Amino acid sequence: MASIEVNGKQLEVDEEGYLQNLEDWNMDVANFLAEQEGVEMTDNHWEVVNFLREYYEEYKIAPMIRILTKAIGKKLGADKGNTKYLYELYPGGPAKQACKIAGLPKPTGCV
Amino acid sequence: MADIATPKLDGKIRIPLMEEGATAHYHTLESSPALNEALGYPGELVDNWQEKAIEKFREVLDTNKALRVFMDICVKCGSCTDKCHYFIGTHDSRNMPVARQDLMRKVYRRYFTLGGKLFPKLVGAEDFTKEVLDEWYTYFHQCSQCRRCSVFCPYGIDTAEISMAARLIMNHIGLGSKYSNEIIGKVYNTGNNLGIPAPALQGTMEFLEEDVQEATGVDVRYPMDEKGTEVLLIPPSADFFSAPHVDSLIGYGKVFHEAGISWTVSSYASEFANFGMFVGDFHAMRKIAQRIKDVAREFGVKRIIVGECGHAWRVGHSFWNTLVGPWDFLDSRYPVPQHICEFTLDLIKRGGLKLDKSANDERIVTFHDSCNVARASSMGGYEGGQFEVPRDLIKATCNNFVEMAEDTIKESTYCCGGGGGLLTDDLMELRIQGVLPRAQALHAVMESHGVNYLALICAICKAQFSKVLPYYDIPMEVVGGIHQLVGDAIVLGGAKHEV
Repeated sequence: MASIEVNGKQLEVDEEGYLQNLEDWNMDVANFLAEQEGVEMTDNHWEVVNFLREYYEEYKIAPMIRILTKAIGKKLGADKGNTKYLYELYPGGPAKQACKIAGLPKPTGCV
Repeated sequence: MADIATPKLDGKIRIPLMEEGATAHYHTLESSPALNEALGYPGELVDNWQEKAIEKFREVLDTNKALRVFMDICVKCGSCTDKCHYFIGTHDSRNMPVARQDLMRKVYRRYFTLGGKLFPKLVGAEDFTKEVLDEWYTYFHQCSQCRRCSVFCPYGIDTAEISMAARLIMNHIGLGSKYSNEIIGKVYNTGNNLGIPAPALQGTMEFLEEDVQEATGVDVRYPMDEKGTEVLLIPPSADFFSAPHVDSLIGYGKVFHEAGISWTVSSYASEFANFGMFVGDFHAMRKIAQRIKDVAREFGVKRIIVGECGHAWRVGHSFWNTLVGPWDFLDSRYPVPQHICEFTLDLIKRGGLKLDKSANDERIVTFHDSCNVARASSMGGYEGGQFEVPRDLIKATCNNFVEMAEDTIKESTYCCGGGGGLLTDDLMELRIQGVLPRAQALHAVMESHGVNYLALICAICKAQFSKVLPYYDIPMEVVGGIHQLVGDAIVLGGAKHEV
């Protein structure tokens, strides 16, 4: 099993770099994963990550993209509540790249 | 976006100069022991893998007569060589369909033909070595099983069948792809490819009801697990998760609303996709299909309608009966399953939907025939219906429709480059290369006719195009479903309800 080191702690990740244990996640880990992805975290990036984690905690799965865009639109303004803006924040895709930084498992399937 | 160079599009599809072995280093992630064992395969490559592989190969040859014929009848005429999108995109001569077939054929000859047993070198037979196995893994995961090459083969040799058999044999010795095996395991455990649990699905459907209410002012229902409805809807689970997929799901709901027909999705069988086919595993296919049958019976529905999912349409339309039939508890007046495009078009023809085509006037639409629909199924109950039903539906909902070049549509359609269990990030370079011929054909009509909407009826196509077309400077916004067009054109509350 592969691992990453953040603040002197070894954390398990899968072959594609997704955190294996949800509870290993914290903001430093997120910043580390974001840096690996070439994403610079701004307040708006954190809004996405925080929403993903809240949703996951309740439902054990990442939200449908439309639920995410609507939530972000409510928080950051209607002009940002769309897929295009989410791709601007996370060029690797809001589902996969943002989930990775949020410490969630990779969504599988035809996505 | 990954840093991958792409050629500038000019609308022309060219036969490339060959670069043998250009993609020999592509190696999709292997699945873990836990994933393999969950599907009944050995956890990892077994010690006596060669013996086991040949044993399984023999069994497959005995049960799949077509495969044996395909092994025997190739005359090396060359018709298939330039027909594969992965060859065109990667330039790797080993991606010529005949070369891919020969990977299996040389092993077949060595162990199952007299000439190959006695004089292997004379007949192109080779031992099944670890090097050959590695080639199998690499190049049978560069086939999307789209069957375009088989259309041009004078003998009808079907490389998809060969690639499925190869993956089956590899799985049986403990060598499978993570992408497909993980997904099959998730369907076994949760009923869908994504692993969406029932409460999340319920929340998603409720969200859609609110969303559509806000957008239209009409209470359109998106029900889950309601017994006794007329219709059980089985969409691909990406419709519950991704964009633009969800816009088609919204469209299906509007169609049912206008038809006045009660429907539901099921949390137990919330997936039409059936990746058992991609790994050639009849038992996995059956297990996945059985969930749908069980729930249809339990809910007491009269008919099953399926969403926009290409390969699953092949499984449902062509294999369900063999896999889990008979379906005699359903209303015999309807096909099992019925495609949502068949259902919607029929409704339109009978005056059951009021459509405002001008709602789609900003769109100039072209249609990409998905490979499994085009070359492995039919639709509408007549020959060629799988080409005409989707086009008729688009024309009924839009004023602007343009065809791409003739040799890239209908039975000659090019794969999106992500089918057959290859829609995974670890094959991104292959996926970007594989979309090239379709991207060229699309680019041509974007230039000539201003096309700005690529209509689709497959969840894989939607995900793949959204992800890879931007590498060719085609924005992801061009990608959409047919029922997104339908949903936008429907005038809610505008239909007569006695249909």
